[in-house]
Amino acid sequence: MSSFEIKPYPEMWKALDMDVPRFDKMRLMMGDMYAKAYLSQPNRPDGMAYFDNMIAEIHGGRVKELLAAKTEGRPVIGTFCVYIPEEIVLAAGGICVGLCGGSQGSVPDAEKILPRNICPMVKSAFGFKAARICPYFQAVDFVYGETTCDAKKKTWEILDKLVPTYVMEIPQCKNPRDIALWNEEVKDFKAKVEEVAGKTISETDLAAAIKVMNNKRRALQRLNSLRHHNPTPISGKDGLLIEQIAFYDEPVRFTEKVNDLCDELEVRIKNEVAVPATGATRIMVAGTPMALPNWKIHTLVEGAGAVIVNEESCIGTRYFKDLVDETVTGMDNMLAALTDRYKEIDCSCFTPNNERITQVIKEFRDSGAQGIINYSLQFCHTYNIEEIRIRQACEAESIPYMFIESDYSPEDIGQLQTRVEAFLELIGE
Amino acid sequence: MYIGIDLGSRTVKMAVWDGERLRDYKIVESGFEPHRQAEKMLSGLMPKAVVTTGYGRHIAAEYFADGVITEIKAHAAGIFHHFPDCTTIVDVGGQDSKVIALNAAGKVSNFQMNDKCAAGTGRFLEIMAGSLAFTLAEFGAAALASEQEVQINSMCTVFAESEVISMKNRGIPREHIARAVHSSVADRLASMLARLGYGEMVAFSGGVARNPCMVALLQQKLPEIQVVVPELPDLTGALGAALYAAQVS
Repeated sequence: MSSFEIKPYPEMWKALDMDVPRFDKMRLMMGDMYAKAYLSQPNRPDGMAYFDNMIAEIHGGRVKELLAAKTEGRPVIGTFCVYIPEEIVLAAGGICVGLCGGSQGSVPDAEKILPRNICPMVKSAFGFKAARICPYFQAVDFVYGETTCDAKKKTWEILDKLVPTYVMEIPQCKNPRDIALWNEEVKDFKAKVEEVAGKTISETDLAAAIKVMNNKRRALQRLNSLRHHNPTPISGKDGLLIEQIAFYDEPVRFTEKVNDLCDELEVRIKNEVAVPATGATRIMVAGTPMALPNWKIHTLVEGAGAVIVNEESCIGTRYFKDLVDETVTGMDNMLAALTDRYKEIDCSCFTPNNERITQVIKEFRDSGAQGIINYSLQFCHTYNIEEIRIRQACEAESIPYMFIESDYSPEDIGQLQTRVEAFLELIGE
Repeated sequence: MYIGIDLGSRTVKMAVWDGERLRDYKIVESGFEPHRQAEKMLSGLMPKAVVTTGYGRHIAAEYFADGVITEIKAHAAGIFHHFPDCTTIVDVGGQDSKVIALNAAGKVSNFQMNDKCAAGTGRFLEIMAGSLAFTLAEFGAAALASEQEVQINSMCTVFAESEVISMKNRGIPREHIARAVHSSVADRLASMLARLGYGEMVAFSGGVARNPCMVALLQQKLPEIQVVVPELPDLTGALGAALYAAQVS
């Protein structure tokens, strides 16, 4: 149980110009953290073994695959947001990888340069690059940023000095003229990816990539709906982990493994295998993304005997709830279909954003949850303010609701534990 | 005999409930190992059940407790016992401030709690008292006696302390600064209450409710309602835990 190791690849890290001694310490810490949070869970599905291995190989095996792709001339592109159309990267034979940004460990490195009172995810990500302690950051050809928040868009200007950073403009409204701009941005993105790949994307390439991505989303949708079964056949921590791994694994293999796991979960449901236990309070999480290895809220909630059955988040349903229309033909139409799909994502950076309020309530009903914990990263103004509307909607529907604003540091664990337990007591009464 | 123990960030409180009334109580400093303090308090007693609450509730449960509830539930039970008609609680302890809404049956229907910083907590008052060279007892009394109020803008413990130091060095009498510190905490509590919503009566519990200036200022900020303080406000959580122990055993 305690013998979990994130595999070391010091030679490869050195070749990637990483700070190897420092990174090695982080590797050991993360291994311990993973063993404690994950391997201690009782009754995990066998299908989780693949995802455990994805963590063991997070800084090795998967990075090797990226480097191999690069030697074949395939582009490797780092991203931070679910608004970047991955289909285009795949169609060009490239790899899209979500970059590190979920750990307190790199925040002090960022704070040497960036202001302290900005989003912890932005600080963490910047710190990983600045301190050379993320192999993905070291391996990418470039980073594709977007304009979904002020902290990010201004940080790209600074990050560009450390790693080439291109920016896709994501509008703030969804009027026809905004969609037109967005569609132009999707075209520019395609041109940029083609330039780096040294290849023109054909309609056939793009159609195939759209299928791959849709299948990945369908697998995640399937997993999500199995989690909604009562009693749930898999822990919320494991569910979240798979959603996190979705951002760096090879999509076809990942899809297959998620579907294998879902087959197992269907058998579990038939045999009435419950995780953690029948009668556990069911909680849905809504809000900002929880990037690997941010398992703070899930650890607290499930440590208190409840179970999380849904994440309404970018690392969650926002990533996979919408599909691209596969029936469209002609490059321009296909790019418009991509824009159409990506504009359905209901990030709080948009105004108005009524769809999200409806979506949160819908996911609450679908998931059979008994309460909502709305989670916002500190200094994430749009999610923090949109909280008011989510709270009002929950009050109107008499849904037990709690809001948590937090960052990656452990200093508020005591208070959060009290709040989570009191929330569960409240639901129980 | 049922016992409730509240293992708080600053003190450990024990309430002994005999089924009808509070028979005994003890309050000691938390020390380094609060659960050992609690064990000492229990020695020689033969309770039917022990329920713990407060920051040390889980570690205590590993050693001796029969049940565990959060401070929020414990304060609700304690206040419901003292004031059955009261539907709103402000609890300010060493490390946290909380506002709690109760339904007519005395169950928690909603609550809010401060997040990671010490703003608006007993610890904040303690640090400010130290910075003005008051003991805690003098601090509240001096603030209450002060007529004139200056304004403290920062609620962050670190920044507020700098603000207090610069006030001291401008020659502002320390009683006035003390008043301002209390007033800023009362403002924060009043705004937490406004967010949560409150009834006609607000019960003030936790150690900070022993501070007469805090009680007076909270009443002043909320003129339309009645602020009540239970006897032994810092024992409210322990009493609630003892009542819960009696109820479930």
